[in-house]
Amino acid sequence: MNYLTLFFEFFKTGLFAVGGGMATLPFLYDMAERHPDWFTGGEIADMLAVSESTPGPIGVNMATFAGYKAGGIGGAVVATLGLIVPSVIVILLVALFLKSFRNNPVVESVFYGLRPASSAMIAAAGLTVVGSTLVHFGNPGWSFFDWKALLLAAALLVLTRWVKPTKKLHPILFILASAVVGVVFSF
Amino acid sequence: MLKKLFALFLTFAKVGVMTFGGGYAMLPILQREVVEKKGWVTEEELADYFAIGQCTPGVIAVNTATFVGQKLAGVAGGIVATLGVVFPPLVIISALAEVITRYAHLPWVQHAFAGIRVCVCVLIFNAVLKLGRSAIKDVCGWVIFAAVLGASLFLNLSPVLYVLAAGVAGAVIGAVRGRRTA
Repeated sequence: MNYLTLFFEFFKTGLFAVGGGMATLPFLYDMAERHPDWFTGGEIADMLAVSESTPGPIGVNMATFAGYKAGGIGGAVVATLGLIVPSVIVILLVALFLKSFRNNPVVESVFYGLRPASSAMIAAAGLTVVGSTLVHFGNPGWSFFDWKALLLAAALLVLTRWVKPTKKLHPILFILASAVVGVVFSF
Repeated sequence: MLKKLFALFLTFAKVGVMTFGGGYAMLPILQREVVEKKGWVTEEELADYFAIGQCTPGVIAVNTATFVGQKLAGVAGGIVATLGVVFPPLVIISALAEVITRYAHLPWVQHAFAGIRVCVCVLIFNAVLKLGRSAIKDVCGWVIFAAVLGASLFLNLSPVLYVLAAGVAGAVIGAVRGRRTA
C-alpha cells in the first residue's frame, strides 16, 4: 500500500464526485477493482451502512473507513485529506468569483449534464449491491432470488416510502432493525 | 485571529459530530450554530453556500464548511473549518473500523451485515429517487441518465470519464438551446 497512490485516488474522488457523499460510491467500486489489496467491492456496502449510522458526513466517513481498510490509521488520515483537498481548493476559487459563478450560463449547463450522470452512477452502484445481496447470479430458476432478502427489502421499501409514521425516521433505525433481522433469521 | 480560528474549528467539529447521515442533515444544525448562535453568516448566505456546495465537486458538508470559514477568516479560515468537520468522523470511524475488522469473522456479525446490506440497497434506491427527481428535468436529462447507467453497468471505464462526458454534453446542450432561443 502506497500512501501517495491512496492520496491520489481519493483526490480524484473529491474532484469528480458531484452531488454529495453517495456520489463517491462509483469511485470506491472503481478503486476496489484496481486495488483489490485495499478493500473489496463487497466491503463497500458495509462501509456505507456504518457511515450512515455514525456521526459525520457520509462521504468523509466512507473515505476514512476505506482508507483505514487500506492502510490503518495512516491510511484513514491520508484518504480523508485526499478527499477534502480538492473541495477546499475549488470552493476557495469559487468564493473569489461567487456572483459570476452562480449566474454563469455555461456553469449552469455543465451542471445540467452532471446531475443526471451523478444519479446514474449512484444507481449503478446500488444495482451492484443488489446483485450481491438480493439475487444469486448463476443459480437456476427460483433459487436465483434470495427470497429472505427480497422480503426484507420489500418491507423496508414500504416502511421508508409509504408508511407515514415510519418514513421520516432516521436511516440508522432501519439499519439497526435490518441487522437484528439478519441475526435472527441467519441471513 | 488565532482565537477566531480556534472558535471556527470547535464550532465545525461540533457540527461534524451532530451531522448524522450526510450533508442534507447538516443544514438545520448549521443554521443553529453558525447563523443563530454565532451570527457569522446570514441565512441567505448560508443558503447560497449550501446550494453551491451541492453542485460543486466533493462532499457537501465540507464545501459548506470551507465557504463559511473563508468568509470569516480567509484561506486559513476555510482550511480550519474543514479540518473541524472531518476531525470527529476521522477519530470515530478509525476506532469503529478497528473493532469491526476484529470481529468480522464471527457468524452473527456476518448475519447482521448481510441484513444491513439489504437495507443499504433500499437506502441507495431512495437516495437515487430523491436526487433524480431534482436532477432529471427533461428528455435530454433522461438520455444522459440512461447512457451513464448503461455505461457504468456494462463498460469498465473510470467514473471520471462519465463525469467529464456528461459535463461536456451539458455544455453543448446549453449552447444549442441558447442559440435557438436567441
